[in-house]
Amino acid sequence: MAKNGEKLFIKGNEAISRGAIAAGLKCYFGYPITPQNDIPEYMSAELPKVGGEFVQAESEVAAANMLIGAAAAGSRCMTSSSSPGVSLKQEAISYLAGSQLPAVIVNMTRGGPGLGDIGPSQGDYFQATKGGGHGDYRTLVLAPGTCQECYDLVIEAFDLAFKYRNPVMILGDAIVGQMKEPVITREIKEHDAAEGTGWRIEGAKDRDHRIIKSLFLTEGSLAEHNLSLQAKYDDMAKNTKQELFETEDAELIVVAYGSIGRIVKSTVRKLRAQGHKVGLFRPITLYPFPSEELNKLAKQGKKFLTIEHNLGQMVEDVRLSIRTVTDSDFFGFMPGNLPTPDDFEEPILKSLGGK
Amino acid sequence: MSEQEILAFDKADAIVDVPTHYCPGCQHGIAHRLAGELLSEMGLTEETLLVTSIGCSVFLYNYLAVDSVEAPHGRAPAVATGVKRARKDRFVLSYQGDGDLASIGMAEIMHIANRGEKVSIIFVNNTVYGMTGGQMAPTTMEGQKTTTSPNGRDPMKEGQAIKMAEIIAQLGGTAYSARVALNNVKNIRKAKKAMKKAFEVQQKGLGFGFIELLATCPTNWRMTPVQANERVESEMIPYFPLGVYKDVTAED
Repeated sequence: MAKNGEKLFIKGNEAISRGAIAAGLKCYFGYPITPQNDIPEYMSAELPKVGGEFVQAESEVAAANMLIGAAAAGSRCMTSSSSPGVSLKQEAISYLAGSQLPAVIVNMTRGGPGLGDIGPSQGDYFQATKGGGHGDYRTLVLAPGTCQECYDLVIEAFDLAFKYRNPVMILGDAIVGQMKEPVITREIKEHDAAEGTGWRIEGAKDRDHRIIKSLFLTEGSLAEHNLSLQAKYDDMAKNTKQELFETEDAELIVVAYGSIGRIVKSTVRKLRAQGHKVGLFRPITLYPFPSEELNKLAKQGKKFLTIEHNLGQMVEDVRLSIRTVTDSDFFGFMPGNLPTPDDFEEPILKSLGGK
Repeated sequence: MSEQEILAFDKADAIVDVPTHYCPGCQHGIAHRLAGELLSEMGLTEETLLVTSIGCSVFLYNYLAVDSVEAPHGRAPAVATGVKRARKDRFVLSYQGDGDLASIGMAEIMHIANRGEKVSIIFVNNTVYGMTGGQMAPTTMEGQKTTTSPNGRDPMKEGQAIKMAEIIAQLGGTAYSARVALNNVKNIRKAKKAMKKAFEVQQKGLGFGFIELLATCPTNWRMTPVQANERVESEMIPYFPLGVYKDVTAED
């Protein structure tokens, strides 16, 4: 299958599928929903060839709960869906977090609320980064902007999931899922049979039986559990990642993530050619949010404009990050339409010229 | 031990020696003991991965000395599917009550059976939500008063009690489906035999094993344990007939 350094011309959805298999995926649980169907289709054909298990679940609810079981057994496991389906997975994501189980959840987002449409949207930012399910918990969220990042970030997602025993979400969208680009692949990671031996369920032989659970009823035990989770989340916060493009001498920095960050990059390139001092800050980790890095730029006197494919969600995190120094303008491109680099020229020039 | 006391049998290695949290007259304890004895007798204690569910039996993981994972309400069959697919070499057992399995988890139980996952599920039917305080369950019987059917279950508005053993028997992946009761010694012996069958079909890789146990809930039935046992015989068994509804190992 995948060879080291092989260059393929594939869709983002296929890059995610191939990346997951390269990361040592053993169990995939899916359910059809547009625009991510390439993932379960690819998995159904290819995962069994490398000794993995593919299950088309009866619902997104069931698929996400199958993750709990496979993760409890220490298996590298994943599910994928799109916005309405990811809403259904939130119950299990909360249990994964509460039970400290590693799993990867892919959301190739579409328009909402409700059934919305099947086109791209960034309307799930709040759901992905602020919780989504019930209780005090955090999910690591990685946002690919290119097909290569789809491939690379899903590999990183598995490593982070096992490092922190925590669910990790890949937040893509219909654009990056459906477009094709060259992707350089890696060899399949060698299966580590010992992964998770300290906590996974495998049969209570020569030791006490093990219980993986999120129920803590005795007095003080839930508080203790939540405090230990919080300590883990504090540690997770070290993993921020972002792309900086033409920010050094920029007067205005545009903050945009995922596919939109990619499109804004083209706008920035065009405006730079015209002599405008603009740059791009593209957060790659949405949780943890790269607040310190943004704050540093704010202290250099930069102006900010946040551009999203929604009514304004990430802009709240941008504003929190720079609140001691300055503020950020916002431009929301409405889901239901596909933006081009030209669509962002006017709002960028307006922010650059304004106070 | 005094001269009058005789050690009649040893505790099965799959059973943890602790008092349970169950009410007097509740039959979860009997069901746990049968499951634990079978795991021990069949040499499965170290092989078993247990999926517990939400309801009175949520603490089953404290009573069976096997590795376990807790499932969200109704989702035990999906969690068990994940466990089994990840560890096909292990014995996977789950245990659900009637609200959990036949109401919120109806889709999951139907599809685990239909896929024929090599998993065994013990289903405890006591016609009521126990842990939450006696609300109407999908198995609550016609006319039965509960805290959410204070005038008795009305089939015209609330439907009839669902018969799970029969439904599961109709699905292609089911290798064994039976209904037994725990109301007397004879039935308990039969229950253990049936549970063993539901375990064996998994071991042999034949498909999904399902066992429905008719059990008491004296607290929420507002009955004494003796009255509750009598109700199983006089009301439940006539509506929920005991028997084997599917057995792919049976000879014609």
